[in-house]
Amino acid sequence: MALPMIREIFAQVFKRPATNPFPARFLPPSVTEFLKKVGAGEATINPPVATPPNFRGKIVYDRDGCIGCNLCIRVCPAHAIEFIPETKRIRIYVAQCIFCSQCNDICPKGVLTMSPEFLLATEDRFAESQIVE
Amino acid sequence: MSEGTPTKKAPYVVPIGPIHPALKEPVQFLFDMEGEVVKKADFAPGQAHRGIEWMGMRRNPIQIIHMTDRICGICGVTHSFAFARAIEQIVDIEVPAHAEYIRVIIAEFERIQSHLLWAGVAAHELGFDTLFYLAWRVREEAMDVIEYITGNRVNYGLIQVGGVRRDITPEQHPTIQKCLDGYRDLLGKMLNLFLKDTTIAIRCKDCGLLSFEEARNLCTVGPTARASGVPKDVRVDYPYSAYGDLDISPILPTAYGGDINGDVYDRIVVRLLEVAQSVEIIETCLKEMPEGPILWEPKLPKLLSACKKAQGEAVGRHEAPRGECLHYVAMDGHEAPAMWKVKASSYSNLHSWIPMLEGEQLADVPIIVASIDPCLSCTDRVAVIRGAKRDLMTKEDLHQLSVEKTRRIQGC
Ligand code: SF4
Ligand code: SF4
Repeated sequence: MALPMIREIFAQVFKRPATNPFPARFLPPSVTEFLKKVGAGEATINPPVATPPNFRGKIVYDRDGCIGCNLCIRVCPAHAIEFIPETKRIRIYVAQCIFCSQCNDICPKGVLTMSPEFLLATEDRFAESQIVE
Repeated sequence: MSEGTPTKKAPYVVPIGPIHPALKEPVQFLFDMEGEVVKKADFAPGQAHRGIEWMGMRRNPIQIIHMTDRICGICGVTHSFAFARAIEQIVDIEVPAHAEYIRVIIAEFERIQSHLLWAGVAAHELGFDTLFYLAWRVREEAMDVIEYITGNRVNYGLIQVGGVRRDITPEQHPTIQKCLDGYRDLLGKMLNLFLKDTTIAIRCKDCGLLSFEEARNLCTVGPTARASGVPKDVRVDYPYSAYGDLDISPILPTAYGGDINGDVYDRIVVRLLEVAQSVEIIETCLKEMPEGPILWEPKLPKLLSACKKAQGEAVGRHEAPRGECLHYVAMDGHEAPAMWKVKASSYSNLHSWIPMLEGEQLADVPIIVASIDPCLSCTDRVAVIRGAKRDLMTKEDLHQLSVEKTRRIQGC
């Protein structure tokens, strides 16, 4: 019986796990309670794996530089951008955005960028954190 | 018991799916069983249809490119590559050589991660979870490099019509090279762990057989075809992109020394050796990558208007990790294509399940089903739902519908 895996298993016993335990080093009884504590400053989070350079996270919009040219809306595959005629500016719904950064590429003024922020989940898709304008 | 009396004896019908823990993706199987043996097998795909083509026909090519990234959960570049090639033929775009090399590099990294993912799944289906964890751990190296080059792990967003959106700079070469060296060292170990293991050999040899003739007649593609000895590979047969500059040949199970049996074991052999081939390809591409721009037209509004003006139809093909992937696009002078059709590689391979499964034991079903590396979210393109009823339409049904519509239009 050939079992070449045996050696590998023994070697693994002495190695550190490849998985980064997140958000806590040891599983808390309730993750929601744990995150509440983190919010209150009573506990610390075990940081996530660092994002790579060029990572495409939550979109950032500098409204002062925008000229309201609408080009970003033309290329957005997810229809996540809305034009506001009164102010001639745009509004981005992060919950709908697919993080392709195509709008960043086409913007003639370079006022759209992708930040490394990625912990974006909420229960309300229209929450303040989910709308960029 | 006389003829016609309902019998409580075999064959029994065992349904598996559409959703079942043993299946990684939704598909329904029906097996006529006699004891443990599958006498007759049938399957019904079409459980994961999402209407992506419909969405695409209401969007411009630059938007569609990002949707193609999301057709498959594993292949982040395959579909965008094939789609971009179709558009480039219609609009008559010449992709800069530098960009072609970057496309090939990322496509081969994709093959590495996809084959290792498959190897892990195969080990898991056999109940060999230690090997599953090992395969998925080493797969992360490729995922990390993909993330390093493109910015994200799964939806790379790398391909643009007429080139790529991100460059591979000389500063990035050492990191990529380190990953490749890692895989080169690892390959001997992986071959040893998978192919020398007695349990894997017992479970996979002579299991799920697909003969050369069956593989050819059913038009199977990719590693499934090659494991049965059909030497086909789009990269070699119809060289495109930078593949024309490379010296590659399709990998057959004989490359590992043995005969061609067309069993599950051979499919493992082919995929593992293809990982080694991809490492070689990436290395050559890194060395020989010519300098130049990465896009045919960096000004996207110009690209959009060029696409809008174009008329014609084309087929874009790419050898995905699972075999040939094909996109048909027709443009008629509008923003959005008049027609867009996706044929994923698994679509060609699903039919080979029937000859593979018949005559095998029920316990072999999971590994045989997994052995063609099916990807159903890519494949499912048509589902018919009327009210609460859901059914499949035959050619006759469609013909009848068409006749009825003609009558209706004529008003008679
Ligand atoms: S990143 Fe993509 S999906 Fe998100 S707003 Fe920009 S174009 Fe739309
Ligand atoms: S493309 Fe840039 S400048 Fe134009 S509307 Fe969008 S954000 Fe504003």
